[in-house]
Order: sequence, then structure tokens, then C-alpha cells
Amino acid sequence: MAARRRLARVPWGLLVAVAALFVPAIGSRFYTFVATDIAIMALFAVSLNLLLGYGGLVSFGHAAYFGIGAYACGILMKVHAVPFSVALPAAGLLAAVFAALFGFFCVRLTKIYFAMLTLAFAQIVWAVSFKWNSVTGGEQGMSDVPYPDLSGLAWVPGLAGYRTSDHFYVLTVGLVAACLWILRRVVRSPFGRLLTTIRENPERTEFIGVDVRRHELLAFIIAGLFAGIAGGLFGIFNRGVFPDFAYWPKSSDVLIMTILGGMGSFYGPAIGALILIILNQEITSYTEYWPFVLGTLLITLLFLFPGGVVGALGGLVRRLERMRRA
Amino acid sequence: MPDLSFLLAQSLSGLTAAMFLFLIASGLSLIFGVLRVLNFAHGSFYMLGAYLAFQFVLWGGMGPGRFWWAVLGAALTIAIVGGLVERLLLRHLYGKDELYQLLFTYGLVLIASDAAKKAWGTQQLSLSRPPGLTGSSRVFGTMLPHYNLFILLLGPTIALGLWLLLNRTRAGRVIRAAALDREMLGALGVNVSWLYTGVFMLGSFLGGLGGALVTPVRAIVPGMDVEIIVEAFIVVVIGGLGSFWGTFLGAVIYGQVLAFGILIVPAFSIFSVFALMAVVLIVRPWGLLGQPLGT
Repeated sequence: MAARRRLARVPWGLLVAVAALFVPAIGSRFYTFVATDIAIMALFAVSLNLLLGYGGLVSFGHAAYFGIGAYACGILMKVHAVPFSVALPAAGLLAAVFAALFGFFCVRLTKIYFAMLTLAFAQIVWAVSFKWNSVTGGEQGMSDVPYPDLSGLAWVPGLAGYRTSDHFYVLTVGLVAACLWILRRVVRSPFGRLLTTIRENPERTEFIGVDVRRHELLAFIIAGLFAGIAGGLFGIFNRGVFPDFAYWPKSSDVLIMTILGGMGSFYGPAIGALILIILNQEITSYTEYWPFVLGTLLITLLFLFPGGVVGALGGLVRRLERMRRA
Repeated sequence: MPDLSFLLAQSLSGLTAAMFLFLIASGLSLIFGVLRVLNFAHGSFYMLGAYLAFQFVLWGGMGPGRFWWAVLGAALTIAIVGGLVERLLLRHLYGKDELYQLLFTYGLVLIASDAAKKAWGTQQLSLSRPPGLTGSSRVFGTMLPHYNLFILLLGPTIALGLWLLLNRTRAGRVIRAAALDREMLGALGVNVSWLYTGVFMLGSFLGGLGGALVTPVRAIVPGMDVEIIVEAFIVVVIGGLGSFWGTFLGAVIYGQVLAFGILIVPAFSIFSVFALMAVVLIVRPWGLLGQPLGT
């Protein structure tokens, strides 16, 4: 137990974030590319888990806010030449506004109906981005989203030799770390505790005088905000924004990441993103049948490790401790 | 303003699409109504039904009557596949969170789509119309293929048959009872576990049948699974999850909205159906003809 408490006191999140900064210095350009992808999807997955793991709300349309953020950031930067420092918060904010609008209706429903309505709204976002040629570029999407001007970073010692994509990676890691820190604060706040209480027993929570819907809506908005920021970053990283960003397979991808890592822990979804993206890179290099592998993995996971990787590891650690004490 | 006969023809084409959708969505709705599982893989059953019908015709030739045997064979094969999936895997997830069931069926979608790609490739396949239904007649000034007319008649026939099965037979009574209270039904001595398997097989059969029957009208391509499951979701949500006539009504509405949406604002016909689904969920989450869940 003492060892565990000592381990828990280590600021793992900070360590990982700092270590991640050295990826471009050690690995090739490809590693930086994968690491950027992982950092952004980790934020996306953790934002979903605020609903899924903490609130017990199964959103099947989280990609809507990812897509809205991506389009908002991309359009602002490419068409209106707005600087990144304004465009990204604006993207998050717009995603949050839509989350508030859609969430207002969604939190009124329960269980499967909640999932269906989040899906319907996400499909509306997808359909609009697919057809609104003059703004979103329609089916072709919007390519050539510019990188933010990061010449300032060149002054930081050690970063001078980095490429633009490396600079963007460093920025992404910094921003994702900051967002995760905020989300962790949210989860540990009284609001976060109440959210867990609502998940466990909504009726009882209502009885003790908590406005359940308002808390759920707030969680929905916060999750949308950070999904929007992840989307904004992803559009720049991807050098373009496409309707796929809001299409439902994107929503299920992020759900799978969350389940894979384990929705019972804060960093679980981030670990799920890491595993899934690396696995995807490895497997697609020698077979085109990635969906087959993913489907098999998903079903195996549901049957054998419903708590995800983190849940399974936690169980293992507990068993080892019990063995040592015995 | 287009003339009346054109509108009627447009409406008929929407209705044909609606009958296919009804076949598929009724299976989805039946499974949800009894098992409370939203089966993403239902679209995959539809796709596999189409591929299997193609395969059977390839083996058996397109002689008189052969097509119908191929259709029946495909649908029955899918029913067996569905039964195996339920018996071996899905039943172990009943007690768990809905999310797990949803993701399980999504896993099946991924596996089935790649399996179909591996077996039949990615090129478009198609079947010609069966002998006897190759002609077409003039209806409301436009040519309507006889096969479409046949589907227009088959849809309501199957609806009626299903309704009779559910409401006028002992099996149907047991199925409806299972949707209401499975524990009570078990206490009364019905083997609920096998009943669930049976219902899942019947639902899968309907999905496979829809896929097999669609082969002379639409191309068989990878991706048809995902396309249809989204449409079927919309239909059952509009009509009411688990409601039989609701599914029929939902399919008819969906077909009409799509057929006329294309005329009015072509760009927004996809948008309009999703918007319709959202509005129904907001105003009447249990659908037009469904009943609120009393969990």
C-alpha cells in the first residue's frame, strides 16, 4: 500500500508530457507525426470520458464537436487569416456553443435515446459540412490549412533545429497537457464528484436537491469544448478538414479508444488512444484489413477486459499486492 | 410546379425504397423490442444477404425460380449466422451495460465488412431481374419495372404476415410477452433464452431477406451495410423503437421525405431526414407509434 501511495504521488502526467517533448529530438519525422496524432486523440478521448466514464452518458456523436472545432479553426485561419492564438480558443468556444444547443435536448433523454439523439445531431453536422460547399468545401473538404506562425519557438534553446511540424508538435503537447490538467481539475472538483454521483444514481441525486440535467448539460458543454480544441489541432496537423471528422465512425473510433484504455480512470482513454494509433500504424503496414483486426480486438476486449487496459492492470496490481501480503 | 402524374411517380419510387427499408428496419425493431439490443450489425446482415444471394445465383444459374431459391437460401443462411452470433456471443452481454452490446455489434460490423471484401472483392456486383419480372409497365406516365411493382406488393404482404404472426399466433403472443416482462414469462415456464435466439434469428432473416431482394435493383458494394443501418436507425426512431406499425409508418415517411426532399432542396435531402429524426427524438423520444419505456 505504501509503495502504491508513493507511486501515486509522482506527477506522472507532467513526466509524460515533458518526456513527450523530446520525441522530435530522438525519433524520426514519422515518430513526431504519430506522437502528434496520439496527443490530439488523447485529448479527444479524455474529453469524451467526462461524459462516458464520469457522467455515465453514452454519446455516440462526440465527433460533431471535433468536426465543428476543426472547421471553425481551419476556416478562421485559412480564409480569414486569423492568428492561431485566437482561432483555437474560438474553435473550442464554437464547439461548446453547439454542445450547449444540442446538449440541451440530449440530456432530457436517457440511455439509448440519449445515444441516438447525439448520433442524430452529429449526422446533421456531418450532412451540413458535406453539402455546404461555399463554406466547408463540401465533399472535397478544405485542404491546406496553414500551420500557425511559430517562429517565436525558434528562440527557445534546443528548438532551433526543429522543423515547422516539430514546432507544432511541441505546441500541441503543451496545449494538450494544459487541457488535460484543466479536465483533471474539473473531474476532482465538487462538480466532478456530483457527476459521478449522478451516474451512480440519478434519482437519489435529484432527491438531495441537485439539478441533474443542468449538471449533465455542463459536462456535455465542457466535453464539447475540449473536443472542439482537439478538432482544431487535428485540422492543422492533418493539413485539412474533411466531413469525415464529424461522421459517425469517428465517434465510434473515439469510443473504442476510451473503452480500450479503460473508462474507469482519468488517463485510461489517453492510453487507449496511444495503443490504438500505434496498433493501427503497425497493422496497416502489412495488411489492409485493419477494420477486421479492430473488430476482433474490440469484441475480445468486451468479453475479457471490460475495464480496458488500465482496469486490467489495476486488477493485476491488486492481485500482486494481495499475494505479497499473504 | 411539376404535374400531378410526376409527383405520383416520384411518390411511388419513394414507396419502393420504403418497402425495402421496412423489411430491414422491422427486423431491427423486432430485435430491439424483445432483446433491448440495438443491433448495429443488422446492416451487415443485409449486406451479407445480398452477397450470398449473388453467390447462390452464380452457382445455381438464373433459371426460372432459381432466383427465388437463392433469395430464400441467403435469408435462411443469415438467420443461422444470426442465431450463432446470439447463442455464442451476444447472450453473454445481456446483463451488462448497453454500451457493451452496442460496441459488440459494431465490432461485428467491422469484421463482416472486411470478410465480405475478402470474399467478394471491392468491385460492384449486380444481378439481373428474375425471369417473369423483367418487363415494366406505364404507371402515372412513367415506366415502372415489374420488379418494383412486386416489391410494392410484397412489402405490405410481409407486414401483414408479420402482424398476423405477432398478434394471432401463440408464438407471437409469447414474443410480445417477452418484450413486456421477460422474468414473468420465464416464471410461467417459457424458455426465454431460446426465445431470444429465435427472435434474433427472425430479425436477422428479415435483414438478410431485404438484402437478397435488393440485388436486382441496387449494386452490391462494400459500404452498403453502413449506409442501410443509418437509414434503418432513422426509420425505427421515427416510427418508434420496437413498434411494428411504427416501423412501417417510419419507412413510408422516410421514403417520401427523401423522394420529395430531392425535388425541393436537393442539397439538403440527407440533412432533412436527420433533422426529422432529431425532431422526433426531442418531441416524442419513443417515436410516432411507440410507447414510452417503463424501465
